[in-house]
Amino acid sequence: MDRIVVVGAGLAGARAATQLRKDGFEGTLVIIGDEPHKPYTRPPLSKQLLAGEQTAEDVVIKVDGLEDGDFMLSTEAVGLDPEAKVVKVAGGDGVPYDGLVIATGRRAREAPDDGLTLRGLDDAQRLSEAVGEGTKVVIVGAGFIGCEVAATLTKRGAEVTLIDIADQPLTPLGPEAGERMAAIHREHGVDLRLGVEPGEIPEGDVVLYALGAVPNTEWLEGSGLELDDRGAVVTDACCFAAGHDDIVAAGDCAAWPHPHAAGDTISIEHWTHASDMGRAAAKNLLAGRDAATPFTAVPTFWSDQYDVNIKSAGFPHEADSREVVHDEDGALVIEGHREGNLVGAIVLNKNRSWLDYRRQLTQSLPE
Amino acid sequence: MKVKVDTSKCEAYGECVFAADDIFELDDDADVVTVLNDSPDEDRRDAAEQAAAACPVEAITIED
Repeated sequence: MDRIVVVGAGLAGARAATQLRKDGFEGTLVIIGDEPHKPYTRPPLSKQLLAGEQTAEDVVIKVDGLEDGDFMLSTEAVGLDPEAKVVKVAGGDGVPYDGLVIATGRRAREAPDDGLTLRGLDDAQRLSEAVGEGTKVVIVGAGFIGCEVAATLTKRGAEVTLIDIADQPLTPLGPEAGERMAAIHREHGVDLRLGVEPGEIPEGDVVLYALGAVPNTEWLEGSGLELDDRGAVVTDACCFAAGHDDIVAAGDCAAWPHPHAAGDTISIEHWTHASDMGRAAAKNLLAGRDAATPFTAVPTFWSDQYDVNIKSAGFPHEADSREVVHDEDGALVIEGHREGNLVGAIVLNKNRSWLDYRRQLTQSLPE
Repeated sequence: MKVKVDTSKCEAYGECVFAADDIFELDDDADVVTVLNDSPDEDRRDAAEQAAAACPVEAITIED
């Protein structure tokens, strides 16, 4: 391969590109990103950056081995021709490739009317500037972003109303952790309203819609690449786009088979997955399909809200039974089992337990 | 190789411990990670690089 193109300049794309250079790829590398920014990390956008503790400079991702000239920023991919091996971009010539990494990630589900969303650096800066002491902020959607923003803006002195149609916040964590976090948000003064009617949005100075994310894969329509029913790029266990030896996909935009997951393929919208899958996809692209290694990392995520550190490992939301195994002094540990086997764990404020579960789940992967 | 942790960036995520528990350690009560071995053998390079890549705050550097 003389030319590898990485479409997507987020975490997965950055990790893939740096891994390609680390593994000895000396040919032309082109990283296409639709934002004007070089790769940056998103978790601080709802926490430290929104809190004013970090700036745009603090969230830049290290891109060792990459040159500024490798990047085509503010460039939107609009199509793919896998036969001609060309990525079509808006307002420019097609970008040819020998090998392709698809890492276009997700964007926030669109807000109705003038509502704000939070996905990128520019969104975070806009939100931050709109909020001051006493600002009435309404957050629609009590998922991870909604809850983190509620915590961060409450600490900044805003009056936060957080609403959801579900009867708990953080639905994927299950009812035990959900109930605990609902109580904690209310203790900090958040007006948490659950089970609300869809479309009933209270008045506020600022309204943020945090309703999940959709994959940035419209550009692949008509390319012949397989997309699942939610739009994610389907890959095999080695990150290759189904049926292609020269195309891999990684991160939020992909759906891939995991031995522990319930369905055929699953999308994991979390940081560690994007980092790990980006690296694995790059290694496998260079190694070639016959020498590729299956990517089987056990998914994990974290969320920080107030002084609560939430961590999870595995697929706790796919459990058919859950058990609280520890609940003391603010530390909470919930195990999830499916058909009698441990499939995931959720941990609040107990790092060591989380590490143990992660190891256990990793060891129980099929050979 | 030399493994370095910028403890001012460390937020106790523990990804490094999972990647290489012979090189890094994190107690339940600790605010930052401890480096157990700052000069691991070359056969631990993959694990050390995974730790560096997996750190959400890029607190780990691997130098030759």
